[in-house]
Amino acid sequence: MIQLIINGQPQRFPISNQTPPLKSGQNNATLNITQLLEHMALQGKRIAIERNGEIVPRSKYDQQVLTNGDRLEIVVAVGGG
Amino acid sequence: MDNLVIAGKAYSSRLLVGTGKYKDFAETRAAVDASGAEIITVAIRRTNLGQNPDEPNLLDVLPPSQYTLLPNTAGCYTVDDAVRTLRLARELLDGHSLVKLEVLGDPKTLYPNMVETIKAAEILIKDGFQVMVYTSDDPIIARQLEEIGCIAIMPLASLIGSGMGILNPWNLQIIIDNASVPVLVDAGVGTASDAAIAMELGCDGVLMNTAIAAAQNPVLMASAMKKAVEAGREAYLAGRMAKKLYSASPSSPVSGTIASSDKKA
Repeated sequence: MIQLIINGQPQRFPISNQTPPLKSGQNNATLNITQLLEHMALQGKRIAIERNGEIVPRSKYDQQVLTNGDRLEIVVAVGGG
Repeated sequence: MDNLVIAGKAYSSRLLVGTGKYKDFAETRAAVDASGAEIITVAIRRTNLGQNPDEPNLLDVLPPSQYTLLPNTAGCYTVDDAVRTLRLARELLDGHSLVKLEVLGDPKTLYPNMVETIKAAEILIKDGFQVMVYTSDDPIIARQLEEIGCIAIMPLASLIGSGMGILNPWNLQIIIDNASVPVLVDAGVGTASDAAIAMELGCDGVLMNTAIAAAQNPVLMASAMKKAVEAGREAYLAGRMAKKLYSASPSSPVSGTIASSDKKA
């Protein structure tokens, strides 16, 4: 499991075991942002994400591997004046 | 054509509307359409975790392909929050850089903190944003905002959501007279005559939300505001007559009446 702070709330997510463990014995199972969004049923939604204060471009979701304690903001557009 | 030009793009409507406080998205859309507005403000908020994934999204109701969306920083009280919010907005809207900046200073009045607003504007402009800025109606602050590169100056007419109307037309007049970027009244309009007054002063446009959303019939008020902004603009362009106290001037010929005042020779 990995713990993330999403929109100010601590959340735990299972990490993927699709890739085999490294020879060193370290667990290289990871969770990237695309996988996180699938867990949250947010894939394909009109959202934007900030990770630890930096914008994550949509094109980089696959490459951004999350680490324990990452702080994410996931936002949408809402009505406002 | 008498267009409003914002960041090099021409708009035929001088009314900009917000999308908050409507009872549902259908009413939001109907009011926006009745207003004729082409530039629509939206807020950026954390998504509800665990929400119904099929919940409708504002951007499906008001697609960026049909409207110029103007993300705002409503609710931001610090430079950092405002800048981060608009960077998220730019990512959300695929690189769209036209934004409305407001940095508030007080939760009761929602009065803008102009020291923080100027700091945030400088960072955003450096970062490539085109900043339309909510400001107090201080002509010197307005001038500074223009000098640092804001592309539109948006002074309050009265407090956000108050509907108190145009409380200091003289300050607005000074700001309008001195600005070389568009000046839009943002906040305070309560009814159609307020919007017309703002436009008659020479404002380039009016931005409003609550005056429409909190009307008894929002869609009808949106239509009224459209007409008021157009009427006020035409009156401004036409140039009003001079006010003449104690100098009554009849509209009809003075001579040739059938009055019994004819003097016998």
